[in-house]
Amino acid sequence: MTLHLGVALSGDSFAADDWIRQVREADEAGLDFVTFDDTFGRHGPDAVQVAARVAPLTRHIGLIPVATTTHTEPFHLSTALATLDWVSRGRAGWQVRVSGDPAEAALLGRRAPLQVDALIAEASDAIEVVRRLWDSWEDDAIISDVATGRYIDREKLHYIDFAGEHFSVKGPSIVPRPPQGQPVVAALAHGPQVWDALDADVFFVTPADADDAARKVRTILPEKKIFADIRVGGHIPTDAATFNGTTLQLADLIQNWWSVSGLDGFRLRVSDISDVSDLVTELRRRGLFQTSRHRTLRDRLGLPVAVNRYQEAGRA
Amino acid sequence: MPKQIILAAHFPGVNNTTVWSDPRAGSQIEFDSFEYLAKTAERGKFDFFFLAEGLRLREQRGLIHDLDVVGRPDTLTVLTALAAVTTHLGLAGTLNATYHEPYELARQLATLDHLSGGRAAWNVVTSPGAFFGENFRRGGFLDHADRYVRAGEFIETARKLWDTDGGEFAIRNSQFDIRGRFGVPRSPQGHPVILQAGDSDGGRELAAKHSDAIFSRHHQLDDARQFYRNIKDRLPAYGRTEDSLKIIPGVSYVLGDSDADAQEKAHHIRRQQVSPQTAILLLEQLWNTDLSGYDAEGPLPDIDPVLDEDDTIIKGRAGMYPDRLATAAEWRARAEAKNLSIRDLIIEVTGRQNFIGTASRIAEQLNEYVQTDACDGFILVSHLTPSGLDDFVDQVVPLLQERGVFRTEYSGTTLRGHLGLA
Repeated sequence: MTLHLGVALSGDSFAADDWIRQVREADEAGLDFVTFDDTFGRHGPDAVQVAARVAPLTRHIGLIPVATTTHTEPFHLSTALATLDWVSRGRAGWQVRVSGDPAEAALLGRRAPLQVDALIAEASDAIEVVRRLWDSWEDDAIISDVATGRYIDREKLHYIDFAGEHFSVKGPSIVPRPPQGQPVVAALAHGPQVWDALDADVFFVTPADADDAARKVRTILPEKKIFADIRVGGHIPTDAATFNGTTLQLADLIQNWWSVSGLDGFRLRVSDISDVSDLVTELRRRGLFQTSRHRTLRDRLGLPVAVNRYQEAGRA
Repeated sequence: MPKQIILAAHFPGVNNTTVWSDPRAGSQIEFDSFEYLAKTAERGKFDFFFLAEGLRLREQRGLIHDLDVVGRPDTLTVLTALAAVTTHLGLAGTLNATYHEPYELARQLATLDHLSGGRAAWNVVTSPGAFFGENFRRGGFLDHADRYVRAGEFIETARKLWDTDGGEFAIRNSQFDIRGRFGVPRSPQGHPVILQAGDSDGGRELAAKHSDAIFSRHHQLDDARQFYRNIKDRLPAYGRTEDSLKIIPGVSYVLGDSDADAQEKAHHIRRQQVSPQTAILLLEQLWNTDLSGYDAEGPLPDIDPVLDEDDTIIKGRAGMYPDRLATAAEWRARAEAKNLSIRDLIIEVTGRQNFIGTASRIAEQLNEYVQTDACDGFILVSHLTPSGLDDFVDQVVPLLQERGVFRTEYSGTTLRGHLGLA
């Protein structure tokens, strides 16, 4: 078994070339995924669009933009991420975020900020809607049957009929089921308030040390993929462990955490992708990291084939 | 110097113009199809690529409509991805002012403008009513009467945000109350190009006040000239010059080796577009009632259309028949006079191709439209995904270039530059 490796990019550049250079380098280095940070209030481009902009120019790497559930339409989120999966041919993910910032609420102007519990409950509903919409077309819904004049078999399209506290969504999606079926859903999680509440495939956790990492892995459901965030370089305090040292020391730290914790891998928060190129070489040399040959992000991360809930219900 | 023609490529959409049953028809969702059409348009030095937006699948008789293409991608995501595989082509998309919010959408359009080097365009539409609202937080909140108020204030708000150059704003009007700092510095075009398609008096006034271009549906020569004059005459009241608003009808064409060959192809395509099942469905859109018991190869119904505009048989598509009884009488008279079946009649009265002929005839006609002020250019709607514009780019574009009415190379990098907009 090999460890998985991703990087978190948080740049605010509006120059496409800056993103293309970094994600191509990560792609060529064989990393599993790159995440694109985002908030409404920040200075910086929309992360889903940055991921779409680099998708046709990269071949293997997973593309996981942050998108906020608090002020957005779950329907638009679902179709945008499904489309990212189409344009990347099965490499899309989504890092879910909520916003409790009153200044961000004022930008959108729709309602006052919610308390944290309510924000997470709303995010949970949004994930449910997004996932149902992804499944709302069965994979073989398009039949192009000239004899009967029918383009689709409407029996294979499904209303999702979601009704929750903050929104109701009828469905089905406007987008045929994406290549992965269910693109990878991820969330940054500091505690059970998030990892027990959200139906994500991947959690990014922020352990202080190897023991803390092991504790977190034991607490989270076994089928979840768990990545430890490590901040590489920098002196500003953050939620993740910050590493300042040589490449060999960082490789030692990763090897140590990896061997004792049960983590699936690491997400390195970097200022620029070039900060980790030597590290990847070193982890390869030690036999800890190998580039996956899989073509979709789900396969790369070892997630099971996404069974369509409506197709299953129909068979039952 | 003669007027220069504007050309745009419309990705085939979710109506019966698009012939999915043709063996050459490609995917409506895989990125290869979008890339192919965009690259074809750029090879032809087109001004822009156009993609419509879906908010809910169409329904007829209360069921998801299954006879036309169903399903399409998210507009912004595909346009932004196309920026990666093209260099000059404008990237235009429909985005609904009812179910988006100004801060988020202005940020996304400015992001597209940055990431494409100044090629973003936004076709502003509104969708009042409960049908689309069932997929969104606020439901069917927008009254029909307020649709242009919402669209106008949305455009004004977006432009104020773009003008902040990443600075502070505080905006309050009847639709929006927002403040803070806009997270995007001035994009290459400053303001992404704004298109508008509304055709009522309110829609025309909105376009005259705010739009850079109109996606028009007036394509008969005389009608188009009247529309053109009507719109351009509204501009001085807003302190605008005639060339600051471009009028670009959506049109279809069929190319042939001879005029007879083109006519034959056109007829074949029309029969592909109107299957017997589709003929009945299109008839129902006027009759506004279930006609599934009728034979498409038989005569028209002798009952009258149902006049209930609040509960139309088709959902998810703008109303097309302002006077159902008059149109039904007209269709019956025509069918009786020429002994047409339902399918024959529907083939004649709906969606006939606008330009049919040899490449030189089509080039001549397109140029006549533009030089005689029936329009400023065309959004070409082909019937075949994704190769439907190949023949136009290969055969008609060179003739327009020979006449000196269409560019042979891009002279600038932004869509505003291509369109000759300030």
